Amino acid sequence: MDTVTLKMVTLVAEPVLEEKLTSKLLELGAKGFTVTDSRGRGSRGIRASEVPGESVRIEVVVSAKVADAILEHVKQAFFPNYAVIAWVTTVDVVRGDKYV
Amino acid sequence: MEILKANLLSPIALAFALGIVTKLIKSEFSLPKEIYTGLSIFLLFSLGLKGGVELGHATFDSVAWPVVVTLALGCVTPLTTYFVLRVVGKFSVSDAAGIAAHYGSVSAVTYIAAMTFVKSQNAEPEGFMPTLLTLLESPGIHIALAIGAIKTAQPGQSLKAVLHEVLTARTMILLVGGLLVGLAMGEKNWGSIEGFFDTKGPVFKGALTLFLLEMGIVAGSRFGDLKKVGPFLLGFGVVMPVLHGALGTWLGTLAGLSVGGATVLGTMAASASYIAAPPAVRVTLPEANPTYYLTSSLAITFPFNILFGIPLYFQISQALHGGG
Repeated sequence: MDTVTLKMVTLVAEPVLEEKLTSKLLELGAKGFTVTDSRGRGSRGIRASEVPGESVRIEVVVSAKVADAILEHVKQAFFPNYAVIAWVTTVDVVRGDKYV
Repeated sequence: MEILKANLLSPIALAFALGIVTKLIKSEFSLPKEIYTGLSIFLLFSLGLKGGVELGHATFDSVAWPVVVTLALGCVTPLTTYFVLRVVGKFSVSDAAGIAAHYGSVSAVTYIAAMTFVKSQNAEPEGFMPTLLTLLESPGIHIALAIGAIKTAQPGQSLKAVLHEVLTARTMILLVGGLLVGLAMGEKNWGSIEGFFDTKGPVFKGALTLFLLEMGIVAGSRFGDLKKVGPFLLGFGVVMPVLHGALGTWLGTLAGLSVGGATVLGTMAASASYIAAPPAVRVTLPEANPTYYLTSSLAITFPFNILFGIPLYFQISQALHGGG
């Protein structure tokens, strides 16, 4: 099958940031995203939610350029004061035109 | 002592204590999140409905002064909290404002516990108490967040988002919406759903007991953070509610509320929100340390009010009303 190589950005963040992050993703050029509830523990430990340890995991498939823009924004706006981690993986997707 | 004992042996206080013990012995048990949410929806909507029906009976004269003192309390409590934390506790602007947002707002669960307690002491509170709860809910959060946002020079646009978030939160929809529905349907229609929603009925009391069990677990899970917050905040979490509780009870009495009503108003002023306030503070004041505001409101002030504060405010209220 014909596949296209793109970037997948994964963000794991405290739940209060979900709306802020996802609206920013679309603004920066993402066409869609997937959010799942998740649990875990990190360097900050505590969350401003009733349930400690709850997080949201946001995944988005984008071009390399948009992936860079997303990481830059997350670094500046959220890394200093919030519990957020981010990483990028290279993915081969079908129907590559859906994502860029 | 008799009153304190009656409170400590009430089903809700015991269920709450069991929840704390559950966490202290490191049990994995907790209520499924959906059931916890479902119970809180039921409790809040019941309150709103019943409050609306009762509001239909109230005269303007009986409501006016209590409304005025409630709004005054909503403006005073975040300011006193903020200045005590800044001046005495030497907290940063963000931390002081973050904690003030919690103490300026109301814990709906503490309110429900107070309502149930005074009813059990045959001191029926005024029917319009849920109206006062909704009035006290949001000014405190906004005043405290505004102080924080202005002092740390952050853009004001997020305050509008916070206002929207607080006014459209679950608590407000269920309480204010319930009030309006209750007011519109009136006493006649209330009869058809009273068996389920009656705040004095067995269904409500059972749900409240189960809910307090979970709240004990939630509070207990924060106990580990108590050593992180330092002795000042530990003392603050007990002294501040007593001062605000006495002030609220006194103002309520001046405004003409009954023994039960003044107790409930005092309890509202004494309580600290931990459901509406934390996300609002987290988004608006990111530098404020969540360990401080969550631990003081949830692990110190909340258990203190449920177990000891409510009977104390009740006794203050009795004394102010010239009995005891």
